[in-house]
Amino acid sequence: MASSSVPKGTPNFPEYQTEEGRLKIFGFWVFLAAEVVLFSTLFATYLVLADRTAGGPTGKELFEVKDFMIETMLLLTSSFTCGLAVLEMRKGNKKGVFIWMIATLAMGLGFLGMEISEFVAYVHEGATLQTSAFLSGFFVLVGTHGAHVTLGVVWISLVLTQVAKRGLTPMTCRKLFIGGLYWHFLDVVWIFIFTAVYLTGLI
Amino acid sequence: MLPLRNGAWKWLAVAGMMMAILSGCEPVKMGVLNPKGPVAQKQYDLIIWSVVLMSVILIVVFVLFVVILVRFRASKLSKDYEPPDVEGNTFLEIVWTAIPVLIVVALAVPTVTSTFDLEKSPSPNKKPITIEATSAQWKWIFKYPEQGIETVNYLKIPANVPVRFKLSSHDAMNSFWIPELGGQEYTMADMPMFLWLEADKPGKFIGRGNNFSGRDFAKMEFTVEAKKQSDFDSWVDHVKKTAPKQSEKEYKALLKPGTVDLKTYSSYPKSAEVKEPNHGGMEHGGMDMDHSKMKHEDMEGMEDMPGMDHDKN
Amino acid sequence: MGLFNFKMPEHFIIMNNPLIIGAWISIILVSVGIVFFVTKYKKWGYLWREWFTTVDHKKIGVMYILAALLMLFRGGFDAILMRTQLALPDLKVLDAQHYNEIFTTHGTVMILFMAMPFIIGLMNVAVPLQIGARDVAFPVLNAASFWLFFVGAMIFNISFVVGGSPDAGWTNYVPLAGSDLTPGVGINYYLWGLQIAGIGTLATGVNFFVTILKMRAPGMTLLRMPMFTWSTLITSIIIIFAFPVLTVTLAMLTFDRLFGAHFFTIDAGGMPMMWANLFWIWGHPEVYIVILPAFGIFSDVISTFARKRLFGYNAMVISMVAISGLSFIVWVHHFFTMGNGPWINSVFSITTMAIAIPTGVKVFNWLFTMYKGRIETPAPMLWSLAFIPNFLIGGVTGVMLASAPADYQYHNSYFLVSHFHYVLIGGTVFGCLAGMYYWWPKIFDFKINERISKWAFWLFVVGFNLCFVPMYLVGLQGMPRRVYTYGEHMGWTTWNFVETIGAYLMGVGFMLIVWAIIYSILHEKRDRSGDPWNGRTLEWAISSPPPHYNFSRMPSRVTSADPFWDAKKRGETMFDENEPLKPIHMPNNDGMPIVLSGFMFIAGFGFVFEWLLIGFIGLLGVIGSMIWRSFKDYDADHYVQVDEIERDQAELKAALEGRS
Repeated sequence: MASSSVPKGTPNFPEYQTEEGRLKIFGFWVFLAAEVVLFSTLFATYLVLADRTAGGPTGKELFEVKDFMIETMLLLTSSFTCGLAVLEMRKGNKKGVFIWMIATLAMGLGFLGMEISEFVAYVHEGATLQTSAFLSGFFVLVGTHGAHVTLGVVWISLVLTQVAKRGLTPMTCRKLFIGGLYWHFLDVVWIFIFTAVYLTGLI
Repeated sequence: MLPLRNGAWKWLAVAGMMMAILSGCEPVKMGVLNPKGPVAQKQYDLIIWSVVLMSVILIVVFVLFVVILVRFRASKLSKDYEPPDVEGNTFLEIVWTAIPVLIVVALAVPTVTSTFDLEKSPSPNKKPITIEATSAQWKWIFKYPEQGIETVNYLKIPANVPVRFKLSSHDAMNSFWIPELGGQEYTMADMPMFLWLEADKPGKFIGRGNNFSGRDFAKMEFTVEAKKQSDFDSWVDHVKKTAPKQSEKEYKALLKPGTVDLKTYSSYPKSAEVKEPNHGGMEHGGMDMDHSKMKHEDMEGMEDMPGMDHDKN
Repeated sequence: MGLFNFKMPEHFIIMNNPLIIGAWISIILVSVGIVFFVTKYKKWGYLWREWFTTVDHKKIGVMYILAALLMLFRGGFDAILMRTQLALPDLKVLDAQHYNEIFTTHGTVMILFMAMPFIIGLMNVAVPLQIGARDVAFPVLNAASFWLFFVGAMIFNISFVVGGSPDAGWTNYVPLAGSDLTPGVGINYYLWGLQIAGIGTLATGVNFFVTILKMRAPGMTLLRMPMFTWSTLITSIIIIFAFPVLTVTLAMLTFDRLFGAHFFTIDAGGMPMMWANLFWIWGHPEVYIVILPAFGIFSDVISTFARKRLFGYNAMVISMVAISGLSFIVWVHHFFTMGNGPWINSVFSITTMAIAIPTGVKVFNWLFTMYKGRIETPAPMLWSLAFIPNFLIGGVTGVMLASAPADYQYHNSYFLVSHFHYVLIGGTVFGCLAGMYYWWPKIFDFKINERISKWAFWLFVVGFNLCFVPMYLVGLQGMPRRVYTYGEHMGWTTWNFVETIGAYLMGVGFMLIVWAIIYSILHEKRDRSGDPWNGRTLEWAISSPPPHYNFSRMPSRVTSADPFWDAKKRGETMFDENEPLKPIHMPNNDGMPIVLSGFMFIAGFGFVFEWLLIGFIGLLGVIGSMIWRSFKDYDADHYVQVDEIERDQAELKAALEGRS
């Protein structure tokens, strides 16, 4: 394994080894800044519309504490396992990367499954995108996050197939690392959704 | 010579424009530069003050521009002239930062005071009249709640009396503007707003919708006539006696997209009154943006005002 | 509306007007002609290899500028039609609906599909050369940006022949633009054209931000960057913070129109005023996105042709940073009349006026760059000189508009129209033209003909003032923007007629510019030496056109903001000629961007017509293209070997000797 050739105590960052890798990681941080603006706009819109329920159901009537707590735990834990995967990557431990990343993806899929069933339940209760401005804001904000998570799952799975084929090279490591950044970012966004949408909605 | 001519030409054009603006009435016989009421007058004074300030900047820069171009054109300089190697001049840069700051302050102060003044009645001692102006695709509907009458596409107001327009829209956003009497404000379906105007003397003006609202937007012009109070009152009486009542059905038909001629009604249905929308369902929505909250308070004050009962004879 | 809805709109193929039938005929003739000649001369392979799949920033820049000139023609034609209709009262050249469509497309095309690509094209052409880089940070992404912009522009432009154009103004205010008041596909075209192009622009912002921060030549500190590079850096930051807002805003209206959501509807709690806020939170920074790079161009051009260092370099940078910051906190001034209350209006009046301060500093610094200079006036300098007085007129009227109570009288009138044309034409268009004339002999080996260009310049500038000075006056007389006709009784006839004459002169000026370009391609003297203007910055230190890897050796003597000028003074070049040549790492051409954008076209077209299945198939294609690219990422670059570099150098030497 690659880690054996690294002197002890020296951090090994394979993802930063090439000029291209450094540029892409930096560029991805910049892209995340744009994503922050994107989600901020969605949050601002949601907060402006949150009380405009137009006689339809309110958040208090819809949100199930147990469900969104489980969703939150799944996503938070997956962020942790994703971090472990990146640490294993730096150790050059391909097997560790796979174990932790697959755990991450499984929890991501669990989160998505719960979110979809949550949405389906709301629709059955007559709370749809078309019901009120509040629900338009809710579905688009939470749905955009869900779409991002879906994209993250697909993306990281594809990177894993590349790792399986090519091993932990500077390039696959860079891709894994960026996938990890993205995953952590989605976790942070979820914390804001958890606070601004679900917890606030209960009050 | 070309850039000099450029500068000189521009200079003439701008001087002409400034003269045209400053002389006010001559080339521009109507509109903003022909104020016929206290609101328009206040805005006119502010506009003229800003033109004066801006002219100072224009003159300074244009003179510098022409002088530098004439003086330092390569063809006018000796062959061995080498421009000096300077990087800047802190003192000069502070000067031309400070002067614009002063000019901005000189404009900002009257701007802020006028902004607050225009929220209030132009003549607080006089009893105002309220008129509801509603835009619909593509006509203007004027309701006189104190008189109970309604006109379409023309407006009559008493001269020398502050008018409190309650602006709203049935569909697309528009803007209610009578340049000679004062600046405009939007008409919106989800937030009724108020605009104070007043005419000094009897006279005729043209008002219009000023925010694009679809196909026949260009036709949303209306005439405004300011009459002496006594003439206004007799006009109201005349309308009440001669004009038809407006049925609910007629009002609904009027709101359909299309253009219509001038219309006069001696009454309008209760359902046509401009109401504050309620977005929240059961409880009143409180998450409106700040400015709309401000208007909500305005609105509540409004309901206590005398003369709001609808007179439906 | 289901996944399998394929309902045709009422008028799929628009044929209801002689102008549009004319457009159809010319579109078909031009397309058939292009296909015929490309096939006849067997140029498909050349186009695919050298242009469609290129990742070379210079070629991408050229494509951007070419597209921008095309769009300038389209938007200009719209303008000419509008001015013809308004030349006299009650004319019937255009009916109300057609006029409404044309002012909508004029505004949208000019801002998003002319000004933006022109600016971005010039960034592509100049910035990597100015900082001594061999390409941008993400060349494939850069190509994708271009093709996404191109697809967005095409989607927007086909609207007037297929399905119907948007007709709610470039600001697209709701509730008018909602599906209740404006059903049909026109507004959908607006939403998807802007959305697709906007994603490309966001990618450009990220790309240039990283390129400028991470890829500068040794010695080029931030405060030694050319001013155009500085303006690009700041613009990139504005793009990164402003464009996601547009993305979300467009998406929300799309949800309203396609899926019955209630963001901006009047009923069910929707909030039309939120559109105005969100649109301008993006829209105001957007106008600075198109003006700041123009400021950068003027700074470089004026200092080049005054033969003098830029006066107050640091102040220029600080003022640009200040303007970019202020650009995010002035958006309410676009709707002082929306009942924001006196506090909000006062605050936004003051922030808006404050922009005059850094802008004023810049104007004086430009003037004092020329003071004691040695001013020459070839075409790029002429446009830069014309900028100062014209932009100033736009600027001072902008300050007048910033005063909220006065704005109640100017708002939505021709006074406003004139103001923003003075800043956008006098600033952005003059800047783009100055930049095009300035860098043309860098990207190609010839200048644009001076004699024809001077004629074009004078016609355009005189026509411009003739067209827009009267608009201030007619605006004060109460003429609103966006009316398709007016009555004789309003007394606006004379000024409107003069405006129309001015507009035609501008049209002639534009055609002369095009003629100057064509003439120069055919006849202008060739010169590959690379420094036609006696330039000051790095791009002039290499040959024209530069090799595809730009720099055979990296520039190594950047000691100031005018490194090439200073090196020339010292009698040196920018390069250490003793340094041995090394193989150069370059990206391969890539077909993904154009394929992805093709799928994006399918997606956009499907969603415009609310044919969801086609829309989703297109989106799957987009994602598929990215996945495909990800798997062939491992074989995406190559090395330019030393013998190839030496061959290029020998060829250049032969060309230069042949000339002398």
